[in-house]
Amino acid sequence: MSESLRYIQAVNAALTWALDSRDDTVYFGEDVALPGGPFGATKGLHKRFGSARIFDTPISETGFLGMALGAAMTGLRPIAEIMYADFSFVAMDQFVNQISTIHYSSNGRWRAPLVIRMQQGYSPGACAQHSHSPEAYFAHTPGLRVALPATPDDAYQMLRTAVISDDPVVVAEARMLYPTRGPVRTDAPVEPVGGARVVRPGDDVTVVAWSRMVGAALDAAGELAEEGIEAEVIDLRWLNPLDFDTVAASVARTGRLVVAHEANLTGGFGAEIAARAAAECFADLRAPVARVATPDVPMPAAPALQAAVVPEAADVVAAVRRTVRP
Amino acid sequence: MGLPDDYRLMARIRRFEERLAALKDDGEIPGSIHLCNGQEAIPVGACRALRDGDHVTATYRGHGWAVARGVDMVGLFAEMMGRDSALCGGRAASPYLSDPSRWFVGENSIVGAGVPVAAGAALTAQRTGSGAVSLVSIGDGAMNQGNVHEGINLAAVLDLPLVLVVENNVYSEMSRIEDMVRVRQLAERAAGYGIPGRVVDGNDADAVAEAVTEAVTRAREGAGPSIVEAMTERLVGHYSGDVQHYRPAGEIAAARGREPLARIRQAADPALTARLDAIDAEVAAEVEAAVTAARAVPFPDPATAKEHVHV
Repeated sequence: MSESLRYIQAVNAALTWALDSRDDTVYFGEDVALPGGPFGATKGLHKRFGSARIFDTPISETGFLGMALGAAMTGLRPIAEIMYADFSFVAMDQFVNQISTIHYSSNGRWRAPLVIRMQQGYSPGACAQHSHSPEAYFAHTPGLRVALPATPDDAYQMLRTAVISDDPVVVAEARMLYPTRGPVRTDAPVEPVGGARVVRPGDDVTVVAWSRMVGAALDAAGELAEEGIEAEVIDLRWLNPLDFDTVAASVARTGRLVVAHEANLTGGFGAEIAARAAAECFADLRAPVARVATPDVPMPAAPALQAAVVPEAADVVAAVRRTVRP
Repeated sequence: MGLPDDYRLMARIRRFEERLAALKDDGEIPGSIHLCNGQEAIPVGACRALRDGDHVTATYRGHGWAVARGVDMVGLFAEMMGRDSALCGGRAASPYLSDPSRWFVGENSIVGAGVPVAAGAALTAQRTGSGAVSLVSIGDGAMNQGNVHEGINLAAVLDLPLVLVVENNVYSEMSRIEDMVRVRQLAERAAGYGIPGRVVDGNDADAVAEAVTEAVTRAREGAGPSIVEAMTERLVGHYSGDVQHYRPAGEIAAARGREPLARIRQAADPALTARLDAIDAEVAAEVEAAVTAARAVPFPDPATAKEHVHV
């Protein structure tokens, strides 16, 4: 069964599924229960599941993420919501020193089956402290799974996968995608963790993207097709586990690689993909790997300034042209 | 638990720590260790108030809590020797070890980080109706960490079955706590969270047991968290290489007259003194046997260094 849902509705449906199907699931964060979340992700859940399952926390990310860890270690499966991904930085100890390490440092004797749900990226008028795309920080941290759903269906499928995973999973949604609508397979079996997906086949160049940039890459591919360039677009979906095999197989055919993400350029996860390509696909590459990203500036708030820095389809088109016709 | 039992457990912790210090000097333990000599009455008294299933979370100065909670001593020695211990396989060592089989959520080498984690264990107890409590021990310096404030406030507003034991040994690592706070007693801060706070003599296991029992009872009854501040003194440095130049002359010598084991001996009659001597000898033999057994534990297989990053 497939339903047409907006991305944010798919998130809500996945959370409903989680709370419905697992009694050990609890959901907490700022303004998630009675208010239903600032974007409506948890709308109606408090009424349906009650305060024992879904509840509001004080504004204290360190506190409630640590609480999620302790609860996960002792038998619950918490889903904790960081309202804006930017707020994860006030609690980086939890990500880097606490949640990600306990399974390893206990030699596998403790588990931390928890999900940290957040939304990220720019939106018109949002300032530098509400526009970060921090996925590289999490992917840099061993022990954390990192998921970035780009479609309503993946918002549903990947969040469910995260909930049943016995590892801690950071699910970073894209706020700008919340209004987008698409088919959601609400009766599909829960997928295993990981797996990139070829979302548009092509033979001339491989474009690897994730989150909001998948749509931009598809738009770019449509435009490029009109000038005879067939771009293969890969939605990376998970940064950990990283499905580089799908990327390498594509590059083996196309010989060219463009990586596109919204996060800042330097040290972004695109650098990891480029490095892996240099190490593993060197013989296949016929052109230098190109990266599309936000330049190294904090995000301005004014839409006119944002438009000058945020990568869009045109930036992908330009990068592909440079790569295919240097 | 009677006096000889308390004494035995405190002596076990003391002997364990003294043996660790010697092993460190001999080069058998890599890295730094943080000993709790002088603070033994706190875990011993507090754990008297706990039962199986109650989780304990400690700081990097947490060996005493591990021993008091019944964590296997051979495993503790082996873990700190960097061997393939049954606890953490050599991945945690002194400041971050844990043992789920003894409900020991474990240590934390980030000051104060155990408080939110312990609140999580309390959340599980509350939501599953297990009746368990979660006890977390922190040092005096940790009271100035944001994670501690956030964790206590969360536990307070959610009425979580959490007991916070502040081991006030007067030093916040290597600085006097009186230079770091403007309150006279750290337990005064409990009022700011709307929860009870008490100050007890942390060198008296009975006093600690009484105060923690009150807090545990309150937590089990669903009335929420409490703070117990246990006043004590450190007989050793902050860490194994600390020469303690910052401590006034005579301070440690004076503390030796007030520490919990000496205090019991000072009050003991000759008959009891003989019994305590016998306990000391038994404990020494027990600890030495654990060291010998730990030395027989192999070092971890380097091929396993990447295991257990993910489930």
